[in-house]
Amino acid sequence: MDFVKIAFLAFAAMATMAALGVITVRNPVHSALCLVLTFFSVACTWIISGAEFLGIALVLVYVGAVMVLFLFVVMMLDLDVAPLREGFVRYLPLGLVVAVVMLAEMLTLIGVRAASATPFADNVADVPNTTWLARALFTDFMLPFEVAAVILTIAVIAAVMLTLRRRPGARHQNPSEQARVRAADRIRMVKMDAVKPQAPATGEEVQP
Amino acid sequence: MTLLGEGVALGHYLALGAALFCISVAGIVLNRKNVIILLMSIELMLLAVNINFVAFSRQFGDPAGQVFVFFILTVAAAEAAIGLAILVTLFRNRRTINVTQIDSLKG
Repeated sequence: MDFVKIAFLAFAAMATMAALGVITVRNPVHSALCLVLTFFSVACTWIISGAEFLGIALVLVYVGAVMVLFLFVVMMLDLDVAPLREGFVRYLPLGLVVAVVMLAEMLTLIGVRAASATPFADNVADVPNTTWLARALFTDFMLPFEVAAVILTIAVIAAVMLTLRRRPGARHQNPSEQARVRAADRIRMVKMDAVKPQAPATGEEVQP
Repeated sequence: MTLLGEGVALGHYLALGAALFCISVAGIVLNRKNVIILLMSIELMLLAVNINFVAFSRQFGDPAGQVFVFFILTVAAAEAAIGLAILVTLFRNRRTINVTQIDSLKG
């Protein structure tokens, strides 16, 4: 039992317990925070296995962006948790049975003891993980990489379009109209003859 | 990479992935009414799949597995963004995220 294995077991236990927390705690904010801990622990296990780039990417993308998005949404919605929790106890035995049986079947299929016999070989010598990955990504997987960029762009546009709403009563600025305005549109010069005010009628005293 | 002595192997990672996958399946069964927890369980499932990809990529020394995890992360981020946008729109229209009350399609 060397240091790497102990570290892996610690991270894996932390990830599993945090994942259990995600599905059992009452408060959705706590649940999101448990999910952050899960992702972070899994990123640690990836880093000790030698996949450093993906470990860092998982922390940056998930912990940094997606989970913050989750937390924003959870805190923005005014949730009443109690009705959402009903049925939890009723489905607990069924859920537990399904999960435990599935886990047992999977572990039998994997054959953990046999598959754990030979440890991973070292990464390819003198090539950092990021370089190794980038060589594959930018040669063989160039087209999928660009498609991924298109997918992200579409997701941004879709998220904005879904949540955009036009409120009828609100007053908006129209920047293009403001930029297009000319001086002639603002002041209208009116040509008119000079008009003399009519002289007051003679013979009457003007009362002040 | 002297970090990896007589250390971790394929089986450890597959077991971790299986455990996380089963936990997320249980989460979907238990929290059937809360859309947010359902989305989180789906994220957890994708993470379990990614663990398997990384493990096999390290086992066979093939970069394709890790590149694929990179793409899965991209698509999962897009999915989370759009899913949460739909959730916000849903809450704005119905004032609830309870799955049992979202039945206006009468399916």
